[in-house]
Amino acid sequence: MSPPAPVEARPVRPVGPLVIAIEGVTKLYQMGEETIHALRGVSLEIRRNEYLAIMGPSGSGKSTLMNMLGCLDTPTAGKYEFNGHDVAGMVDDELAEIRNREIGFVFQTFNLLPRSDALRNVELPLIYGGVPTHERHERARQTLIDVGLGNRIHHKPNELSGGQRQRVAIARALVNRPSIILADEPTGNLDSKTGVEILALFNDLYEKGNTLIVVTHEESVARHARRIIRLHDGLIESDGPAY
Amino acid sequence: MKRILYELIESVRIAMAQIRANKMRSALTALGVVIGIVAVTLMGTAIAGINIGFDRSLAMLGEDVLYVDKWPWTGAEDWWNYANRPSLRPEDAVKLNRIIAASPDSQLAFAVFADGRSASIKSNGNSVSGVWTQGTGAAYGRILTADFTEGRLFNETEDESARQVVVLGYDVAQALFPGRSPLGATVTIHGQPFQVVGVLARQGSFLGLFSFDNQMVLPLGAYRKYFGVRDDYAEIQVKIKDKTRLDEAREELTGFMRRVRGQIPGERDNFNINGGAIFKEKLDPIKRGIAFAGLFVTGLSLFVGAIGIMNITFVSVRERTKEIGTRKALGARRRTVLLQFLIEAVSICVLGGAVGLGFTYILFAVVRGAMPSFPIEFSPLLVVVSMLVSIATGILSGIIPAWGASRLDPVVALRYE
Repeated sequence: MSPPAPVEARPVRPVGPLVIAIEGVTKLYQMGEETIHALRGVSLEIRRNEYLAIMGPSGSGKSTLMNMLGCLDTPTAGKYEFNGHDVAGMVDDELAEIRNREIGFVFQTFNLLPRSDALRNVELPLIYGGVPTHERHERARQTLIDVGLGNRIHHKPNELSGGQRQRVAIARALVNRPSIILADEPTGNLDSKTGVEILALFNDLYEKGNTLIVVTHEESVARHARRIIRLHDGLIESDGPAY
Repeated sequence: MKRILYELIESVRIAMAQIRANKMRSALTALGVVIGIVAVTLMGTAIAGINIGFDRSLAMLGEDVLYVDKWPWTGAEDWWNYANRPSLRPEDAVKLNRIIAASPDSQLAFAVFADGRSASIKSNGNSVSGVWTQGTGAAYGRILTADFTEGRLFNETEDESARQVVVLGYDVAQALFPGRSPLGATVTIHGQPFQVVGVLARQGSFLGLFSFDNQMVLPLGAYRKYFGVRDDYAEIQVKIKDKTRLDEAREELTGFMRRVRGQIPGERDNFNINGGAIFKEKLDPIKRGIAFAGLFVTGLSLFVGAIGIMNITFVSVRERTKEIGTRKALGARRRTVLLQFLIEAVSICVLGGAVGLGFTYILFAVVRGAMPSFPIEFSPLLVVVSMLVSIATGILSGIIPAWGASRLDPVVALRYE
């Protein structure tokens, strides 16, 4: 789909302290009679200011790992620590809390609220975080300006292009200053030119010190990252620099 | 704490946006609640009205008056047990007064005899028939609960000398003397001339059955001269001293009447003591039964409306599963999601309730305008109660789908298409 991006050496920033530590994580699903081993023992460390791509064919456990990293799901067995907190033993509302504070989600289908304007959409995590109204407006507005949508603040999603929608979603992910930004096929619903723009924005965010995890099945997308983890049959096949 | 407030505001905002976005659906769903609330509040209005009408009617009888009759007012099941009772006679009242006078500690003040029948009255070519005509003594003036618009009741002299004077009820006076004062005029009753000495103020009707304004009052002597002694409707009205000691007075009166009648111990009373409070005692359970049954039946229609709300909330949760997933990913807790859908259900119910209440008020105003004396009542309490009922309906019908939504697994919800 995307044209092969020119392979060029990108500067790798020095990494910071440990954010995510996963050790021997397994995940079983019960599908009727059948037990599916989505993850069969995955160990992984992610540090601050990494730019990581997670790759793998469908059925490799890629989505399960992403849900796990995003604290949307908990492992069947194994250890998961997020900034030193044990996520594996958390209940629903505790997970919601950590998602709200520590993780910014970017979805393939943007997942914006259709009837709310850009500002409202970006404000949403701040509402759940209990940020006072005035500060909320200000921060959401500033974040929209940061992603280049300063002149689209009061547009509804259906008045925005795909790229603009994804920028709103990125602003929403950034607004709570999370520890990691977790993007699931962020360019999957965009044309290649817009996809490149979004990846450029990601690079920008990385340069500014953010930690990014992109889940994708496209090499051309993964190559923008600094580190690539390849999954196969619920196990890590390879983990190393992008080039 | 602050967070809950923000979430609450956000939930209300979303609910309003949702209702606006699905106008038709919301309106139809709310219609169920509108109908339910209209039914329940109309019933409430009617029940309140019945109570007020009833109390108003009972007040006309006087709270401190007991009536000795041949029959119980509340209806006799075995009429033959009553038919052979002796009628009440003026002499009974005289004897009763004598006993009362001899008992200074008595709760009873005095008794006055009254007889009545239907008659017609004419004046200058105008005529009213079917007027309830009462013959009684001057002491009746101290029992009468109504005021006089003009004039007075006949006095003792007129009473004792059986003068041909009459006091007219409000409607009778209006019919015979439209726009004029009847005071001093001569009217014809039973072919005999009577002079009008007083007009009673408007009282209304007793339970909508018997109009107190369609009556006239004559001195007993004059009454008996022309209408004779039939005594079917004869009664003795007894004023009591303290209306809070009604039961005591009633027992005393029973004893006195048995003495008047010379009844031997063990013999059943051959008279009945009636009165507003006694009437009320008998009718209250019936009234409560009607209120309960009415509210139950109309409550069913509200229940149907609630099922509609529950259904639409289920649909809403289903439609927005992905949105719920997104919100949860962004940090919405169970409570937040629960509140969001609950508030949506409650908002529809409250809107429906408010519209329903509006309809009820319009209906009430129309009925009040057309029939001012019809006993209905639209009270502030009704507004408060029906709004509370609307909120409760919203919570009850929204809680199950909202609870389900709050417990959705974000992974599953995000994958939902």
